[in-house]
Amino acid sequence: MNDSTHWLLGRLDASALPFWDALQHPTTKNVINAVIASGAASMVVLGAIAVVIGLTWTRRWGWLWREWLTSPDHKKIGIMFIALALVMLARAVIEAVLMRLQQALGLDGGFLTAEHFGQLFTTHGTIMVFFMAMPFLTGIINYVMPLQIGTRDLSFPVMNQISLGLTAAGAALVMISLVLAPFSTGGWTGYPSFTGRAANPGAGVDYWIWAVTLSTLSSTLSGINFAVTIYKRRAPGMRWMRLPLFTWTALCTAILMIFAMPPLTVATALLALDRYLDFHLFTADLGGNMMNYINLFWAFGHPEVYILILPAFGIFSEVFSTFAGKTLYGYKALVIATLAIAVLSFTVWLHHFFTMGQSAHINAVFGIATMLIGIPTGVKIYDWMLTLFRGRIRMSVPMIYASGFLMLFVLGGLTGIVLAVPSVDYQVHNSLFLVAHFHNMLIPGLLFGMLAGTNFWFPKAFGFRLEERWGRRAAYAWIIGFMLAFFPLYALGVLGMPRRTVAFFTPAYLPWTLTALVGATIVLLAMACLVIQLWVSVRDRHLNAMPIGDPWDGRSLEWAVSSPPPEYNFPVIPEVYGRDAFMLEKERGKAYQVPDEFPDIVLPANSPMGVIFAVTGTAMAFGLTWYQWWMVLLAAGVTLVAVIARGFCRNTPAPCRVKRCVVPT
Amino acid sequence: MFNTPGCGLSRWAPSRLIIGLLLPLIAGCSDAHLSFLDPQGPIAAAQRQHFWWVIAITLTVVLPVLVLTPLILWRYRYGSRARYRPQWEFSLRADLAIWGIPLVVVAVLATLTWRSTIALDPYRPLASDQPPLEVEVVGFDWKWLFLYPEQGIATVDELVIPAGRPVSLRLTSASVMQGFFVPALGSQIDVMNHMVTRLHLEADAPGVFPGRNMQYSGTGFYRQRFVTRALSADAFADFTHQVRAQGRAFTPEVFSQLMAKNTHAALARALDGSDSVASTSHAGQTDDAGNPADDSTPLRFKHFPSGLFGAIVAHRAPDWGQDTASLSTTRPLSSHSPLPANSSLSIHPALAAAAPTGVTP
Repeated sequence: MNDSTHWLLGRLDASALPFWDALQHPTTKNVINAVIASGAASMVVLGAIAVVIGLTWTRRWGWLWREWLTSPDHKKIGIMFIALALVMLARAVIEAVLMRLQQALGLDGGFLTAEHFGQLFTTHGTIMVFFMAMPFLTGIINYVMPLQIGTRDLSFPVMNQISLGLTAAGAALVMISLVLAPFSTGGWTGYPSFTGRAANPGAGVDYWIWAVTLSTLSSTLSGINFAVTIYKRRAPGMRWMRLPLFTWTALCTAILMIFAMPPLTVATALLALDRYLDFHLFTADLGGNMMNYINLFWAFGHPEVYILILPAFGIFSEVFSTFAGKTLYGYKALVIATLAIAVLSFTVWLHHFFTMGQSAHINAVFGIATMLIGIPTGVKIYDWMLTLFRGRIRMSVPMIYASGFLMLFVLGGLTGIVLAVPSVDYQVHNSLFLVAHFHNMLIPGLLFGMLAGTNFWFPKAFGFRLEERWGRRAAYAWIIGFMLAFFPLYALGVLGMPRRTVAFFTPAYLPWTLTALVGATIVLLAMACLVIQLWVSVRDRHLNAMPIGDPWDGRSLEWAVSSPPPEYNFPVIPEVYGRDAFMLEKERGKAYQVPDEFPDIVLPANSPMGVIFAVTGTAMAFGLTWYQWWMVLLAAGVTLVAVIARGFCRNTPAPCRVKRCVVPT
Repeated sequence: MFNTPGCGLSRWAPSRLIIGLLLPLIAGCSDAHLSFLDPQGPIAAAQRQHFWWVIAITLTVVLPVLVLTPLILWRYRYGSRARYRPQWEFSLRADLAIWGIPLVVVAVLATLTWRSTIALDPYRPLASDQPPLEVEVVGFDWKWLFLYPEQGIATVDELVIPAGRPVSLRLTSASVMQGFFVPALGSQIDVMNHMVTRLHLEADAPGVFPGRNMQYSGTGFYRQRFVTRALSADAFADFTHQVRAQGRAFTPEVFSQLMAKNTHAALARALDGSDSVASTSHAGQTDDAGNPADDSTPLRFKHFPSGLFGAIVAHRAPDWGQDTASLSTTRPLSSHSPLPANSSLSIHPALAAAAPTGVTP
């Protein structure tokens, strides 16, 4: 590279193209991997081109800009978060199937190179945690929580846009890394010194650092936004012990986000200082120590687990209660258990590295602390079972996910207790047993929760139900696929197979990896069912229309408004007289009443701040990754100017008229 | 019950049943000793006990969920004539049970955990009437070097130990973080650059047990395996004599090849002169280069620079002038290490890292 382009492109050159290595060393394996990587890259490029052409052809740029990208409406931002999560879910599931295929063929070889496999498990983990799970739960909280507490928007609508912009920027960076490779091979945890500059000087780790940094900044802001909204903007009469359980879990998640995300932002920033400015914080020499990174990472990482799981617990609480046609059993116990889990989640991080050589007493204390979390979690499980007890249970799609969760999640809890005993953890740490365990928590826990929530609240957001038959197929395929894909991994872990290994040399592993591949294929079918479900639902939307807004005989306030809800949510802010506020109104015959008068409504005006942060965030991270300093400075400058200009903007609230009456005829 | 390894539960029927289900799938490999469910030493045997006990105790709260959930879903399905109580939301007796039972279970588990964790602390020397064999372990990219200071010999990817005698390991990494693990014998422990961790293992009887790195460390990670050979006391003595007489010389070239990023096969080829240094040190090419047959090429060294382990920990160059071959084999050479000599005490990795002063990278 000569000097004339170096200032422009930094260290980016042709070798970043996904097929470059195969051109240089055209072995069979390299060519196969180049075909896979280039296929993925062209999907990204073609997908982007198709979106641009489609928007131009249907002349929807203006509509997209006005109605979605610049909208401060929490409902639209929530839907955009979920759409992003679903796109990233599709990519990460395909990567998972590729990894399962590799390990099914991986006895003495397989078709993937070790480098490619390393990138696959790193992007899979990074995407699933930061760009699937986090946007999905953030989106659902964004959509549902303000409706449940009876308010018109979050406390900081523009900050909400910026949260979405930052997450989108991080996701974009991970997608760009498919085209201009490589991504990191350091796993989603990114432990130094493997991710240090000495061991990994390339751009991959830098992509990972900036993608994760953008995501954690976004989640910190979301956490602040949610917590303040729940503290300050509840409808009159919505006392703490009247909050729907989903809002309780949203509050606990928000608090966890505020306290748990910054440690990771700091950890990745310090790792960046090591890599860019030679700080030696986490290197092995000159006073550095990578154990500090590992502590910081898991100070984020363990609360993160509960950030992921608590909103799903909230969704399941709503689903069990609604579909059993019963008030929630043990509401107070569930609230206390949620709070207890949130607090305890900060006291257990060391169980992620029992094998690092600390004293047995410390290990034992953290092992026992870990088991303590089992108590409130067990209480929740039994409270849900007692909610179903003496109910009138409708096995709709959300309920199928919820029942699958109930039975599968306790198995994950069982293996979690196994891992929490340090003497046993010394045997199964870093093995596939661990991989099976956390997927057993996160797929039935988080993902089933999110899919149940999507099926549950979709009619609220779009005015028609999701199609039931394909929904059931998707749910059963997810449950069976999950079991076949991950239960064999428990056996493999007990047989000593490590995680993150591209190939193996022990024939005894083969039956298990083959079974897991069958499971992964069924998961892929489940994904296909989800797509078909969406397609069929949109096609038959008039058959499944639910304009009145209460398709499930709902209990909380979001079901009181029309579907989709008007921009301002509530024509008049409701008053709340008890728990299950809307059910109470229905029982007293006071639902759907016409208010005496309609006071003026003030809503926040559109703002391009989210889009600006998405673009400058992507540009700055890309520039930092490839050492294109002009781009970093430019993006930083634009961000600064935008933020200052926003400070002078006085036209923030927009008056709004009541467009449509919510009273059914 | 829990701090006396090797008793009780090994004869416990359910564990046999489940192993009976697992082992047929390890068809023909029952000598492979892949897992702690087929324990070959006291630590792994105790870990198997704890594993089944923890599962059994926890099942007391898990099983009711698995059994009752389908029953409830069926009994109270929409359209059944079962009792419907939409307002029922609290029962003191049920609440006492769902808080109380998990509390008791966790209390039992906590007691078990406290005792087993301290009993099986990898830093804790094993009780035995024989002195432990001292072995120093260095994790490289992507192979393991084993130094036997008392015997003055070294091996690569092959840990040879006497059966029935405890082995006291001191471990470090010359590269990134790795995880040292022999499942059939006992615990895994992380090995880290510039730090020393400890591990104590023992094999009940002669045998061959697979071991490996468990912490991802790059493209050659999946090949970073080693074998542990437990020999009878006589066979072990024969082995050390044989290596001292016929082993390879540990030259600076050997050390630089160890420091290079390569796998066992590539290292063996490089040392046997059939391959160039340049190609083995290129990380990208070791991927497919390794012929599986070469993985078993023995790499045994009749001597090594004394204090090599300490030098690697401290980032010092090995002292090529002082060699184990020139010293009496009865004298433990580990005292040349810059680290505290009272090796029976646990060395916290952070302290171990702080110990070497005046480090030169």
